[in-house]
Amino acid sequence: MNARSIVALLSGVVFGAGLALGGMTDPARVRGFLDLFGDWDPTLAFVMGGAVLVMVLVWRLQPRLAHPLFAEAFAIPTRKDLDARLIGGAALFGVGWGIAGLCPGPGIAALVIEPVGAAVFVIAMLAGMGLVRLTERNP
Amino acid sequence: MTLAGFPDAAPLAGLAGGVLIGLAAAIMLLGAGRIAGVSGIAARAAGLGGSGMERSSAWAFVIGLPLGALVIMAMLGGIEASFASPLVLAIAGLIVGVGTKLGSGCTSGHGVCGMSRFSSRSIVATATFMATGFATVAAMNALGLKVLQ
Repeated sequence: MNARSIVALLSGVVFGAGLALGGMTDPARVRGFLDLFGDWDPTLAFVMGGAVLVMVLVWRLQPRLAHPLFAEAFAIPTRKDLDARLIGGAALFGVGWGIAGLCPGPGIAALVIEPVGAAVFVIAMLAGMGLVRLTERNP
Repeated sequence: MTLAGFPDAAPLAGLAGGVLIGLAAAIMLLGAGRIAGVSGIAARAAGLGGSGMERSSAWAFVIGLPLGALVIMAMLGGIEASFASPLVLAIAGLIVGVGTKLGSGCTSGHGVCGMSRFSSRSIVATATFMATGFATVAAMNALGLKVLQ
C-alpha cells in the first residue's frame, strides 16, 4: 500500500463515519429531508452545511500548497460549461435519490448496516454506470 | 439537542457528521490531490472510468466507507436504517448509476467538494438533483407510494 492509498483509506473511513453519524445511511432520514412539502426533516441540511463549511476553508488553504502531501500535483476539475448531459444526469440522479433515499456514499457505507439492501443498490448503481459507459463506447 | 418545530431532526449529529465528511474530503484533497466524489471513485474501483485516481486508492476509499460506518455503529451501539424493498433499491440504484455517470458526480463530488469551491457546474448540478429529489418524494407521496419498510 502506498501513501496515497493510506490517505484514501483514511478519507474513506472518516467519510463513512460522517455519513453514519449524520444519519445519511438511514434512507428514512434522507427521504425526510427530501419531503420538503410534507413532514420535513432538516437534518441533512446540517450535514451538507457542516461539510461545505469545512471545505470552503480548505479550498482557501489549498492554493498555498505547492502540491498535495503525497502526490505530485492536484487533480481538480476545470470545466465550467453547463451542458444538457450535466443537467440531465443530475436530474436523473435526483429521481433515483428520491425513490430510495440513497446516494452512492451512503449506499456503500450501509453495506455493514443493511447488507442485502445496500448490496442490491450498489450493484444496480454500478450496472447503471456500466450501461452509460457501454452506450458511449458503441454509439 | 432538538430543533423547534422539527421533533425528528438531529441537528448536532448532522453537523458533526457533516464536519467529518468535510474533513474526509480535506484529507483526500490535501493528501492525495483528489476530489472525494464517491460516484466517480466507485466507478474507478469497479473499472468503469470515473475518477482518475489510482485503482488501489479508489478501492482503499471504497473499503473505508463501510469501515467508518462500523466505527459509528460500535460507538452508538447500532444505527437505525429503514430500506426499501430489493426491487425498489435495484430501480433506484440503476437510475442513480446512470444519473451520476452522465452528471459527473453526486452529493459528495458536486454537493460538498464542488459547491464549496463555487464551481458553476456543481452548483447547477446540486440545485438540479435537489429539485428532482424533492419532486420525486412529493410525487410518490401524492401517489401514496410508500417504499420504506
